[in-house]
Amino acid sequence: MSRIGVFVCHCGENISRTVDVERVAAHAATLPGVACATEYKYMCSDPGQTLLKKAISEQRLTHVVVAACSPRMHERTFRKAVEGAGLNPYLCEMANIREHCSWVHEDREEATAKACDIVGMMVERTKKNRVLPAITVPVTKRSLVIGGGIAGIQAALDIADAGHEVVLVEREPSIGGHMAQLSETFPTLDCSQCIMTPKMVDVANHPKITLYTYSEIELVEGYIGNFQVTVRKRARSVNERTCTGCGVCMTKCPQKKIPNKFDQNIGMRTAIYVPFPQAVPNTPVIDRENCTKFKTGKCGVCQKVCGPGAVDFEQQDTLIVEAVGAIVVATGFDLYSISEKPKGSPIKGYGEFGHGKIPDVIDGMTFERLASASGPTGGKIVRPSDGREPKQIVFIQCIGSRAREKGISYCSKVCCMYTAKHTMLYHHKVHDGQAYVFFMDARTPGKSYDEFWRRSIEEEEAVYIRGMVSRLYQKGDKIVVMGSDIAVGVQVEIEADMVVLATAVQPQQGADLLAQKLGISYDKYNFYSEAHAKLRPVECATAGIFLAGACQGPKDIPETVSQASAAAAKVMTLFSKDRLEREPIVARVREAGCVGCFACKKVCAYGAVEEKEIRDRQGNLLRVVASVNPGVCAGCGTCQATCPSKCVELDGYTDEQIVAMIEAL
Amino acid sequence: MHPEKNNSSAFEPKIIAFVCTWCTYAGADLAGTSRMQYPSNVRVLKFPCTGRIDPVFILKAFQQGADGVLVSGCHPGDCHYIAGNFHARRRFAAFRKLLEFVGVDLQRLQFSWVSAAEGGKWVDVVTDLTETVRALGPMTEFKELALEEQWSGALTTPELKEAYLQI
Repeated sequence: MSRIGVFVCHCGENISRTVDVERVAAHAATLPGVACATEYKYMCSDPGQTLLKKAISEQRLTHVVVAACSPRMHERTFRKAVEGAGLNPYLCEMANIREHCSWVHEDREEATAKACDIVGMMVERTKKNRVLPAITVPVTKRSLVIGGGIAGIQAALDIADAGHEVVLVEREPSIGGHMAQLSETFPTLDCSQCIMTPKMVDVANHPKITLYTYSEIELVEGYIGNFQVTVRKRARSVNERTCTGCGVCMTKCPQKKIPNKFDQNIGMRTAIYVPFPQAVPNTPVIDRENCTKFKTGKCGVCQKVCGPGAVDFEQQDTLIVEAVGAIVVATGFDLYSISEKPKGSPIKGYGEFGHGKIPDVIDGMTFERLASASGPTGGKIVRPSDGREPKQIVFIQCIGSRAREKGISYCSKVCCMYTAKHTMLYHHKVHDGQAYVFFMDARTPGKSYDEFWRRSIEEEEAVYIRGMVSRLYQKGDKIVVMGSDIAVGVQVEIEADMVVLATAVQPQQGADLLAQKLGISYDKYNFYSEAHAKLRPVECATAGIFLAGACQGPKDIPETVSQASAAAAKVMTLFSKDRLEREPIVARVREAGCVGCFACKKVCAYGAVEEKEIRDRQGNLLRVVASVNPGVCAGCGTCQATCPSKCVELDGYTDEQIVAMIEAL
Repeated sequence: MHPEKNNSSAFEPKIIAFVCTWCTYAGADLAGTSRMQYPSNVRVLKFPCTGRIDPVFILKAFQQGADGVLVSGCHPGDCHYIAGNFHARRRFAAFRKLLEFVGVDLQRLQFSWVSAAEGGKWVDVVTDLTETVRALGPMTEFKELALEEQWSGALTTPELKEAYLQI
């Protein structure tokens, strides 16, 4: 027989103004199984909690119902108090008579009747509550970081500096990401390479960091504290241990005309290559698609000239399994490539603005490579078509971004600032040139950002034209840009030598596939979703997985670095304990009744349902039943509603508890 | 379980809402913190996810005297548990067909998506359902069934059975 204590809170006047709390308590006292019912002005206050604890010991209460605010507000408070009095915390429930009653109804009679109903419902439910012991799982204090851009590098260094091992996986042959491609950075015009490459070297030299470049995530299994990650290390065709990075192979390679992706395809590279001279690791990769040896079987010059004999044409992909306790996802962004439509892309507007057709219409990242001292032109801003210096240059903003009708409604956040930077870089290098910018709004929030943008207009003589471009076409060797200046109300026509498009920031190609491997959610653009937009911005809803950088949404460098450090801090918090305690709201299988249909396994989004073999003493297989891994189970209960034989039960939300609530009404 | 309302003249429908913790329950909380007003007929049952809601609970609610039932969770794609609401959506699409076949007026059973930020939508959904059901009048079919079940179970002697048949 249960002895339930019901505690009705006035919440100052928030509840008692519309709900007659004395009557609710008196009604509760008449319910079968209720041993005591009382009301108090502030149940959550220290005297309120003391009252509750005292009642538990004096009245020998077995269950507690607190009728007060929303459980989202104070369930934890009261469960802690109940635990302090020696009861299992899951024997305490809250009846929400504030948010769902006193605040939304004005009629005192109606509100009181509803409060009585809610309390009655919770009393019946609580009777069926069972003792739930806390579940703890061990923590592997190693971390995986996916993506070696500035976000991944920062997170990896922070975690490794705290003394935990880090596995950093990068898809490209070198770490560095997009930041390594940039020429200068706003708002200080620091050289990007100068601030980035030391960090890359730190990663390579850190004793706690294991670096896998030219590698991808193949499979992710397990759960918070206990992930098993399979990494596919693609065949580099060069032995990383023996290669000294002398670069003779690259000078001798006969294939010299392969567009370099790192240089936005305006620079050329060889078939055995490092993407850029400051690459980390400084070990070349053979691009097997373009290598003569792999295509025809003849050549092998690189192997012949390699002193240490590091070139290995026989190398195969290897699969490495790493055990980690936390994962930081930092896969970053890619620019919307307006020239050609990727297969299956829902976004419209490809082929506009002559991109891909007119050679001197380039995107922002290509301009970065032109302006970069380490770029293919050595920092000279010239036209890709004829190598001439452009005297009139037009920048067009919001290409793709903020165009609902084209499929991207968000703002890419960095383009206003980088275009302002581009106008400055241009003006510093082409003194007699003129830059024009077509823009919708200038969005420059951030420390020293607006000052920077003003500087581009006031000191660097960029002409900003508010309005969009309506038409753009080639005329001789000029590009005619037609648009409207809506601030003045006139049509503008500019004969430009070069056009730079500020194309939208998008998640990396295949971001959705990686999310599916990790079991994390993503939005319609494939940006990864954080657990809470405001209060949990670096955590995924999937426990143990954290987000850093532009994979979660467009971000500039300072923001990316702060988010990466925040994600690292979250990982360190997780690693501060040897075992993790989690809410014991998990599904449980009644094996005796399970027929092994595994409908539960099919609906489980977390892969928490496993197949368990039941054998007799001789070891003969009797049956295969479902079994839930309490470490993985997130407690949604979809399996229970799906089970045809009703043999899965979600602790804390059993059929018994729910039916008791319905019957109480 | 509570003192019956003594206004026999006006029909006050009983609405039971099955909601998920993360979106709709939070949305209803938001309606509270924003001090929005809506009819007091609704009683909210909290589930971790709409995926946990077994259609049997809906039948049970009707049997226990609910005149209208509301099921509400996160918007498609926003499920806290990745895909629970998709399972729920599929399950209830089939279940509605069944109820329609049995002859239940589908206006009594509503599904909606209310996010944690949509306090106003929660108010609209609850108000709409309450008014619709009020216009439809009490739901009698399942209540009679429940009554019959209850009575027939208690008919232990032949005399009682005979008396029951004569009613």
